[in-house]
This record gives sequence, structure tokens and C-alpha cells, in this order.
Amino acid sequence: MNGAHDMGGMANLGPLAPTQADPAFHADWQARVLAMVVAGAARSNIDGGRHQRELIPGPEYLGMTYFERWFAALCAELVRGGVVSEAELASGRADPEAARSQPALPAAYVVPVLTGRGSYLRERKEAPLFDVGQRVRVRNLHPRGHTRLPRYIRGREGLVEQLHGAHVYPDSHAHGRGEDPQYLYGVRFDAGALWGPDADANSSLRVDIWEPGLEPA
Amino acid sequence: MPHDHDGHDHDHDHTGGQHPPADVVLRVKALESLLVEKGVVDPAALDAIAEHYAERVGPKNGARVVARAWRDPDYHARLLADATDAIAELGFQGVQGEHIVAVQNTPAVHNLVVCTLCSCYPWPVLGLPPVWYKSNAYRSRAVIEPRSVLSEFGIELDPQVEIRVWDSTAEVRYLVIPERPAAADQLGEDALAELVTRNGMIGTARL
Repeated sequence: MNGAHDMGGMANLGPLAPTQADPAFHADWQARVLAMVVAGAARSNIDGGRHQRELIPGPEYLGMTYFERWFAALCAELVRGGVVSEAELASGRADPEAARSQPALPAAYVVPVLTGRGSYLRERKEAPLFDVGQRVRVRNLHPRGHTRLPRYIRGREGLVEQLHGAHVYPDSHAHGRGEDPQYLYGVRFDAGALWGPDADANSSLRVDIWEPGLEPA
Repeated sequence: MPHDHDGHDHDHDHTGGQHPPADVVLRVKALESLLVEKGVVDPAALDAIAEHYAERVGPKNGARVVARAWRDPDYHARLLADATDAIAELGFQGVQGEHIVAVQNTPAVHNLVVCTLCSCYPWPVLGLPPVWYKSNAYRSRAVIEPRSVLSEFGIELDPQVEIRVWDSTAEVRYLVIPERPAAADQLGEDALAELVTRNGMIGTARL
């Protein structure tokens, strides 16, 4: 979706405030929010969680901090998935009639899961449509649902530099339509092709793009 | 620098003027109690996750990888060929580091990593991202005006130096291997690791 989250290339969105070293969390509530999400409270997946954050209305999204977005999206996803009811969320008390759950991630599994060797690589029977070294164009798509195809590259031409293999396709996975593995390409764009004559000289961008987002140039 | 406040991050949390609603602390506590009461989460698991990211994972891991690559040409070659495997050799792997690509800075090329769509970041080697990396300003500007962004980090690159910006749109994470400081030739791996900064591995510092 063409949401406020898709902000590559925008201007005047506030200060940068560089720092050199920081604690992981600036307040305990941030750690608890991260932990609830990572513990799988919402019974969703990483793409569904990202999409839920994108569904925060733009004016609110832009004014929220990172963990506020995580918290708002977690609450929404818990209700949408039927894990908690609106009434439970509002009251903070469990409905005594509701069935009790089992934790998705018990404490004993935390370190093995967080440090396990996961992978988003999947098998795909069809051969890749594009080769490394081939020129491609990003399709001019504007999906209403989740996508990882940023607006600033749509319709632009680039060069395939890497083939990462077939990966879980977020556009499908976020919406509960399965993993639908698609080839993922690392594509290089010259800055001038994206930003025109005022682009930073001598700079280029690399963006990872799933095959349905590409066409031959 | 650790912050000694808990929830009162109004003026000095580097959020760029974005203040959490006053009730967020209470609302988060209420949600956690509700989820515990319903059996949805294990409170000991939440403690373990928070501790893992606060204490065990951070840029020291990435610094170890870079120091090894600086000292050991074979490891350096493996890191550039398959960073996920090479990083796992040192014991670092996990969530948000399932597929890692290492990119090498040289006198002619400077790499810079961003995630314009959210804040994807290689957690097993760098820990959780800093506030500026998650800021609207960095996410929006790094792709269109990287030289100006770098100058705000105190880096003035020669116009001849090519900037490569990596937008982390997929489950592939990017780790910048900074150039080894010239004065580091005689140092051992531990001393080298001390020279490697978090921002150096994102591309917003030169060492």
C-alpha cells in the first residue's frame, strides 16, 4: 500500500539526531513491547506484523516513535486475530469464559529460537526469469495490500546484480495466503535514474526486489 | 551511555521531538498482564527476550566479525562470499540475521545501509537499531541525499568516492566492512575489535 511508511525520498520529516552508541532500550516499556511481539503473542508472522504497522493511519504513524508503532500494531493484531477481544483490551481483564492459551514461545525455547539458524529461502520449481547482469524495469504496481516494493523505484530501470534464490513472498505471506516463494533479486539503480539531474553525483542504490515486481527492460 | 530513567523519556531520548503518550507505560503493563492471565505469553520468556537484546546481542558481535576479517584474508574471502555462514562460524546467528551480505568499503567505494520501509537491521551482529536509524529523517533521506546525511554524521567524502546505498527491503541484511585503519597493522584481533564502531558497520562512520 502507498502508505506513510514508504518514505524513501521524502523531505522535511524531522531531525536526524545522530548518535554514536546507545542502549538497546531507552525505557523498560519498549523492551516489554519488543518481547511480546518476538514471543509471538499475535500468532501472526513477520510480514503480517509489518503490514499491521503500515495500517496505522499516516498522520499518527509519522508522529509515533518506533516502539509506539509496534505497540499499536500489536494491540490491533491481537484483536484482529481473535487472541484478545476489544473488551479485554479495554478493561485489561481476561474474559472468565474465554479459553486459556498456551504460550507460543515458552521461556526455555527463547535463546534457541532467537539464536537459531532460520531461513526465508524456499524451493521454487520454475527457473528464474532474470539473470545476473540483465537490465530490468520495476513494474508500475500500486498494491492495496502489503508490499516491499518501495514507490521510489517503481517504473525505474536497473541492473540485476544478485540472485538471492526464492524467498517467502511478503505480499502473500502478510495476508495469510501462504509463502508463495518468489525469486529475490538484488538490483542496482544509478541515483540519476531515480532522482533526476539533482541526484547526488557518483552514487547508486541497491534494492532487493521479488520477481513479480520486475519486467525486462 | 545507559539511560537511568524508566518511561520518562521526554526530552533526551533522541526521538527527534516525538514523545510517547503519557499513558503508554501503563497501557503496556496492562496488556502484558492480560496476555499473561490468558496464557498467551510466558512472562519468563518476555524477561529472557528483553535480557537477550539488552545484554547479549550488540555491535560487539559485528566488531568481532570485522576484526577477524581484517586479520585473516581467508575469513575475509568467506565473509564476502557468504556472510551468513562466515558470521555463524563465530557463533552469531538468529532472528533478523537469517541472510546476511557483507559489503566492503574501499578508498573508492563507501557503503551505507538503510531500511526505508521500516527499520530492518542485522540484529545478531549489531543488536537493535539506534533511534536515528529508525527515524523518519534517516529512512527518507538516506536514499536521496546520502552525502548530506553522511555530512551530518561528520563524514565528508571526496566527490570521487562512489556511495552505494543498500535499502533493506527483504529478509537480507547488510553489514558494512569498514576499511582497516592504516595504524592498525600491528594490532591483534581483540585490539582491532575495539576500533570497530556500530556506525562504521552501518556506514555512517569511517574508522
